[in-house]
Amino acid sequence: MSDTLRNSIYFALVALLIIGTGILQSWNSALFILNMGLVSAIMALGVNLQWGFAGLFNVGIMGFVALGGLATVLVSLPPVDGAWSAGGMRILIGLALGAMSIVSTVLIYKRMTAGRRRNIAIIAVLVIGFFAFRAVFDGGVEAVEAINPAVAGNIGGLGLPVLLAWPIGGVFAAGAAWAIGKAALGLRSDYLAIATLGIAEIVIAVMKNEDWMARGVKNVIGLPRPVPYEIDLQNSASFVEKANAYGIDPVTASTLWVKLLYAGLFAVVLLILFMMAQAALKSPWGRMMRAIRDNEVASEAMGKDVTARHLQIFILGSAICGIAGAMITTLDGQLTPTSYQPLRFTFLVWLMVIVGGSGNNLGAVLGGFVIWFFWVQVEPIGLAFLTLITSGMAEGNAFKAHLLDSAAHMRLLTMGVILLCVLRFSPRGLIPEK
Amino acid sequence: MDLLNAFVALANFVLIPATAYGAQLALGALGVTLIYGILRFSNFAHGDTMAFGAMVTVLFTWWFQSMGVSFGPIPTALLALPFGILGCIGLLLLTDRIVYKFYREQKAKPVILVIVSMGVMFIMNGLVRFIIGPDDQRFADGERFIVSVRRFKEMTGLDEGLAIKTTQGITVVTAVIVVAILFWFLNRTRTGKSMRAYSDNEDLALLSGINPERVVMVTWIIVGILATVAGVLYGLDKTFKPFVYFQLLLPIFASAIVGGLGNPLGAIAGGFVIAFSEVTVTYAWKKVLVYAMPEQLEPDGLVQLLSTDYKFAVSFVILLIVLLFKPTGLFKGQSV
Repeated sequence: MSDTLRNSIYFALVALLIIGTGILQSWNSALFILNMGLVSAIMALGVNLQWGFAGLFNVGIMGFVALGGLATVLVSLPPVDGAWSAGGMRILIGLALGAMSIVSTVLIYKRMTAGRRRNIAIIAVLVIGFFAFRAVFDGGVEAVEAINPAVAGNIGGLGLPVLLAWPIGGVFAAGAAWAIGKAALGLRSDYLAIATLGIAEIVIAVMKNEDWMARGVKNVIGLPRPVPYEIDLQNSASFVEKANAYGIDPVTASTLWVKLLYAGLFAVVLLILFMMAQAALKSPWGRMMRAIRDNEVASEAMGKDVTARHLQIFILGSAICGIAGAMITTLDGQLTPTSYQPLRFTFLVWLMVIVGGSGNNLGAVLGGFVIWFFWVQVEPIGLAFLTLITSGMAEGNAFKAHLLDSAAHMRLLTMGVILLCVLRFSPRGLIPEK
Repeated sequence: MDLLNAFVALANFVLIPATAYGAQLALGALGVTLIYGILRFSNFAHGDTMAFGAMVTVLFTWWFQSMGVSFGPIPTALLALPFGILGCIGLLLLTDRIVYKFYREQKAKPVILVIVSMGVMFIMNGLVRFIIGPDDQRFADGERFIVSVRRFKEMTGLDEGLAIKTTQGITVVTAVIVVAILFWFLNRTRTGKSMRAYSDNEDLALLSGINPERVVMVTWIIVGILATVAGVLYGLDKTFKPFVYFQLLLPIFASAIVGGLGNPLGAIAGGFVIAFSEVTVTYAWKKVLVYAMPEQLEPDGLVQLLSTDYKFAVSFVILLIVLLFKPTGLFKGQSV
C-alpha cells in the first residue's frame, strides 16, 4: 500500500468519525470537534516543529497558548473608558522601568570586569529598579482596577479587529520563548523541559492575578468576533429564507453556519502553516535541523551553531502555539484563565504529535484530529463502560456511585495508556517520518 | 525598636514555616536526584508518585480512625505511613517492570524516558483522582500545636506569639531521621556503595560485577520511601490535593537543580534555598519591620515583595539564575 493511499485512508476515517458524530449525536457537536480539531492540528504542527524537527522537549505549551489568548483580549477589546488616563500610562512607565533595570543589569554584567564592584553594582541596580518599578506600577494598577470593578477594572484592549490578534498572539508567545530559550537551550534536554514547565505555570499565575490586564479570574467575556452573531442571522430575513429553503430550522442553521465560518477561517490558517512547515522541512534549513537533531556533535563540526538554530526553531514552534491560543480564545469568545490546565493544553498536544508521528507534518495534523476526537468522546464512552460493568451491582451501592462519579477521570488514564502504548509499540506514530 | 519581638515574629512567620517546607522539598528533591543519578532521567511523575503514596496513607489513616486506633497526640497518619510506603513501592516497581525496563534495555535517549515518565504521570494522576477524587482531603488529627501562641506569650511575656505546629515538628524530625538513614545507607552499606558506583560510572560498575537490575530496584524502593514520606508530610502540614502535588514538581526540580542534579547533599541544600527564598520573598514584612525599625522609619505598606500567588515564580527565577550561571548547581552535580 502506498503512503498516499494509507494517509488518505487515515484522513477519510477521521472524516467518517466526525460525520458519524454528526449523524449519531448532533451536527453542532460534530462541528465543535472539527473546529477544535483544526486548532489542535495547528498546535501539533508547532510542537512537531520543536520536537519532530529539532528534538526539543517543550512542556510549557499551555503557557504559550495562554499568551495567545491574552493577546486576543489586549488587541480586540475596546479600551475601557478612563483607564488609560487613570493609570494606564503609569503601568506602562512602571513596566518600562522594570525592563530598563533588567537590561541595565545585563549590560553591567557584560561590560564590567568580574569582581566585587560588579556584584555591588548589579545588586544596587536590581534593588533600586525593583522598588522604583513597584512604586510606579502599583499606583497605576490600583487606579485602573478601581474603575467600575464589577464589569471592567481592566485596561481594555486596542479595539482592533480580532483577526489581528492571531499574529500578535504568535508574537507574544515568541517573545516568551526567546527569553526561556536564551536561558535553557544549550544545556541538557531535561532543563528545557523543566524551564518550560515553569514558564507555563507563571504565565497562568500572572493571568489569574493581574486583574488590570485581563480581569484575572473574573474572566473577560463577550470578545468581538470575526463572524456574525447567531441572533443577527436569525433576525435577517434572507438567512431565515435560505435556512427554510434547505429545510433546517433557522436557530440550528445559524449556529451551524457560524461554526462553519470559523471552520473555514481555521482551515485557511492551518493550510498556510502546513504549507510553510512542509516547505521548511524540505528546505536545506529543514535538513540541517534534522541533522542537528540526529547528531549534534557532527553538525557542530560542520560549522552549525546548534544553540542558535535550536533557539530559532523553538521560537517558531512556540509562535505557532500562540497563534492557536489566540484562535481558541476567539472561538470561545471569552478568556478564562482557570480553564488553562496543563493536561489539556500541554500533554494532550504532546500525545497528538507522538501518536500522529513525530517529524511528519501530516502526522501531526492527523494526530491533532484523532486525539481531539477521542478526548471529547472518551468521557461518554468511559461512562457507558462503567455503567456497563456496574450494572450488576445493587442500586445505591457506594462503590458503584464512586465509580460512576469518577468517570471524568477516565480521560487521564486512557490518555496515559495511549501515550505509553504508542511509545512502546509504534514509536514512529501513525504516519512515520520519511 | 524591639529586636526580640521582631525576631519572634520572624521565627513564627518565616523561619519555622520555611524550615518545614524546606524539609518537604528536600525529601522530594532527594527522590528526583536519586532517579537522575541512577536511572539518568528527570522523572516528571515524581509529584504524582508523592500524591499516590500520600493517598494510600490517607486511606489507611481513615481506616485506622474508623477503627478507633490512634497514636495519642501524634497524627494517626504516621501509623499508616508504612502501609503507604509499601503501596507506593509496589506501584513504582510495577511501573519499572512494565514501562521503564524496556527502554533501559534499549538504552533509549534520556529525553525519551522523560516523555515516558510523562505518560506514567498521566496514569498515576488518573489513578489518584479515580480513587480519592480531585478535591481537598483532611486526614490530620492529634494535637495541633507543640507550642501555641497563647502559651508562648504566657511563658515569655512578649507581645508577639510563636506557634509551632505538631506537623511542622514532625516534618523536621522525620526528615532528619530519613536523611540520616539514607546517608548512612549510601555511604556505609555495600548496596549503597554499589549505587554510588553505578551513578558515578556505569561501565566500571558493571565491570566490577554490580548487578544493575538490583541497583535499579533498590533505587525505586528508596524513591518510594522518600516520595511517600515527603507527600504525607506535605499533606499533613498543608493539605492533600492531587493537583497541588503536580504543582510541587517545579519547586522540587528547582531544588534538585540548584543543588546539582544527582547530588543528594545538593538536593537537601537546594530544598532549603528554594523554601527560604519562596517564604521570604512572599512574606509581608511589615510586622517584623515595625518592631525592628526606629519609629520614624516604620513602613506604611505591607512590604511584601511579591504576592503569594507568585511563589512559583520565585523558584523559577532561582532556577533560571542557576541555569544561566552555574548549570551544574551549587554542589557539583552531573550536568551537560
